[in-house]
Amino acid sequence: MILTTVLGFILIILGIWGMLTQKNLFKMVIGFSILDSGIHLVIVSLGYIKDKTAPIIDSDILANNASSQVVDPIPSALVLTAIVIGLAVTALMLTYIIQLVNTHNFDSKNMKDPLSITSYEELKW
Amino acid sequence: MIRTVLIYATLILMVIIFFPLLSEIKPLSQLNPLAKRYVEDSTKNLNSPNIVTSIVVTYRGLDTLGEVTVLFLATTGIGFLIKRRKKNGEKGAFQASEILQTGSLFLFPIIILFGTYIFLHGHLTPGGGFQGGVLIASASVLLIMANVNIKLNHTVLHFIESLSGFLYVIIGTIGLFLLGSFLDPKFLPLGKFGSLFSAGAIPIIYSLIGLKVGAELTNIVDSLRAEGMEDEK
Repeated sequence: MILTTVLGFILIILGIWGMLTQKNLFKMVIGFSILDSGIHLVIVSLGYIKDKTAPIIDSDILANNASSQVVDPIPSALVLTAIVIGLAVTALMLTYIIQLVNTHNFDSKNMKDPLSITSYEELKW
Repeated sequence: MIRTVLIYATLILMVIIFFPLLSEIKPLSQLNPLAKRYVEDSTKNLNSPNIVTSIVVTYRGLDTLGEVTVLFLATTGIGFLIKRRKKNGEKGAFQASEILQTGSLFLFPIIILFGTYIFLHGHLTPGGGFQGGVLIASASVLLIMANVNIKLNHTVLHFIESLSGFLYVIIGTIGLFLLGSFLDPKFLPLGKFGSLFSAGAIPIIYSLIGLKVGAELTNIVDSLRAEGMEDEK
């Protein structure tokens, strides 16, 4: 399934591009999510075997040699957990943005966008 | 200008790094020995038809325990960042429509039931603790959308979460004492292949994971809701 792998790598590059070029904090998180999905797609596509079925055994598959009938179950198991971790990490990042915007003091004179990364200069060097 | 050049140079370097990886990937024609062993052992010795489940819960059970810990840490981080301030009875501005309120009351028990079905049948059908837990959390999202001022009982949520995490480790330790390997589910009867009560302790462990994930994600959603209400006033 080489096409899916290529698509996954394109999504990874796209996600990195989004994280590097976007100024809006939420768009950076979206870039991270796209990178995440790309990695999942690559890992799952590596376990795919042509013309094989899902690794859930029923009597038909069991009848003729189960291990020659199914795709590789290990990448699916890894991605299953990675998706949930991705969800939790995204939620943590969004919370961090909310807290950053809430606790930061913006002067009313200089009209800075609180959601733009350029408004936060404390750690800049 | 320099910034833009650097960004695109990084991206081109990434492409150069990934290209050899991509060009050397050959599509698999058969399972590698490890996967083959998992497939055969899962059907023969574990009686669990869903091999992804037996990898997640048994063969790679320690990874799953670590992953549940990461999820717990993320939830703790969110709870730490969003301080729950005492609200003195102020109401959120948003009022849900009649259809949403009635529909959510109708759908809430059904979605909870479906989530429970998914994590109980994790060893038989495509599904399991994580998916079922996320479904249960989505039911509470619906409840919060229908009534913004609803108060979820945090004592119960934390109790479910801690208890299921505790029991998960206890079951793993029972496997260690009785059979000599951590998280070995074979200390319970293996049952008939393909029936609900089979595959040893796998359904119990996956149900505990489902409850834990459901309670944690409900907590995350509720924390974000509390923060949104702070902004509205």
